[in-house]
Amino acid sequence: MPTAPKGPRLRLPAGLPVAWLGLLPFAAFAVLFLILPTMKIVLGAFQAPDGSFTFQNLLDLNTDSIRSAYWTSIKLSFMTALLGCAIGFGMAAAVVFGGLPKAIRGPLLTFSGVASNFAGVPLAFAFIATLGPVGLITLWLRNEFGINLRALGFNLLSYWGLVITYLFFQIPLMILIITPALDGLKKEWREAAAVLGATGAQYWRMVALPILFPSLLGTFALLFANAFGAVATAFALTGPQLNIVPIKLFAQIRGDVLGNPNLGYALAFGMIVITALANFLYIWLRLRSERWMK
Amino acid sequence: MSRLVAWAIFLLGCLYFLLPLLGMGEFSLRMRRGEYSLDAYRVVFADPRFWETFGYSLGLAAATIVMGVVLVVPTAYWVRLKLPQARPFVEFVTLLPLVIPAIVVVFGYIRLYNTSSFLPLTGSALGTDILLTMGYTTLALPYMYRSVDTGLRTIDVTTLTEAAQSLGAGWFTILARIILPNVMVAVLSGAFLTLAIVMGEFTMAALLNRPAFGPYMQLLGANRAYEPPALAVIAFAITWGCMGLMQLVTRFSKHERAKA
Repeated sequence: MPTAPKGPRLRLPAGLPVAWLGLLPFAAFAVLFLILPTMKIVLGAFQAPDGSFTFQNLLDLNTDSIRSAYWTSIKLSFMTALLGCAIGFGMAAAVVFGGLPKAIRGPLLTFSGVASNFAGVPLAFAFIATLGPVGLITLWLRNEFGINLRALGFNLLSYWGLVITYLFFQIPLMILIITPALDGLKKEWREAAAVLGATGAQYWRMVALPILFPSLLGTFALLFANAFGAVATAFALTGPQLNIVPIKLFAQIRGDVLGNPNLGYALAFGMIVITALANFLYIWLRLRSERWMK
Repeated sequence: MSRLVAWAIFLLGCLYFLLPLLGMGEFSLRMRRGEYSLDAYRVVFADPRFWETFGYSLGLAAATIVMGVVLVVPTAYWVRLKLPQARPFVEFVTLLPLVIPAIVVVFGYIRLYNTSSFLPLTGSALGTDILLTMGYTTLALPYMYRSVDTGLRTIDVTTLTEAAQSLGAGWFTILARIILPNVMVAVLSGAFLTLAIVMGEFTMAALLNRPAFGPYMQLLGANRAYEPPALAVIAFAITWGCMGLMQLVTRFSKHERAKA
């Protein structure tokens, strides 16, 4: 953009600068409440306590406890995204292609909208009441079948407990996003494949899945970011002791548990990098997949 | 896919979703020994903290909706009318809250608007409430913007604007009396989603230390046994209600359009 003084004189007749003024409130909001706060974190991650530039904070992330927090978070997000995609895809496919009554579809999508928003503290309560030490299923299995979940090594307040709980909002999100994509698979493609002698499995392997692949991978990335940034569910389920990045950051913001404010910035910066990568993958893949969904 | 497999997958999925709901419902009735009762709900509803935090979050939700509408409707309108070339930029900004985790945004708020900064919002209760409202507005921004922008697509913005202008309407009149009523369905559907998000939100309110419903639920969950599932049932009912109202206004609008 040229900033020479003659610029405005040239542009004013086109009405451009005046029209851009209309975006001022939105831009001011975005700068004050989204961009500046994020910049503060990003810059803070590269600053020493005296304000000078440094990579030391990022290097300091390389401790056992922080490494394992990132690793657990990544594993958790990866696993819930993978299972969420697989199960959500199965349910959506069952409703779209499986010959289930048409009447199921509407309620399933509505319920998915509700369940994908039913995250956080109440979700944790629901699972404690179901799979917790005296939950409905735990008691039922123990009283009716003599199966003691705890003795079998299952604990809701663990990695797998979190996976099961997170799936409650991951699967519906997948259903909401993938159902329109499945609707976009044209009947003609299947018929064309069948005319050329393809079996059902071949159709899926060589036609449908390659077309769906960008949407599937893109939704996977979105679910990954969704799980990675989630705080409330894990916090209400396990309290502050579980070692995943959002919980660690939560404790750091509340009470500087790392003993170094700039290390907190670096921790948050790492979160932004990971969710941003996942989201850009999602947006890029979605643009690719939309080529087929015309 | 054979029909049998489809049914099996679908029913197993339903079981997974129904059991926790059943579990929380059953557990919330277990407070009295040996029989089912509504005692847990009675205790919850008798707790003044429940009503205080509930009312506080409801107020914040209202403020967030007003803020979201005032911010999004004029912007989306302006982009459609005058600045189509700004669309990628605006859409990118509205997607940012999905990219940057809420906990990071609120961390930035706490460090940026502390008492020694240029805008010491966290210094007072009112300032913190404003900050929290802004935070919630960013959380709702992706949904609100998409909803309103889709609503604007169905009306002829340029013709409506020119017609209003030739009758002497100013920008405020155009926005408040022409555009807003025409995208009311989209605004309402965004508003109900915002309500659902704000009522259950925990992270931002907890870190800004405000007495909202989310932190209250968490606190009760850490200290009580039977009240938390009762709260979960209430929260689920709120989410369900919000989504139901969203569907209702959308269906209502389809009906209207079909008649027109």
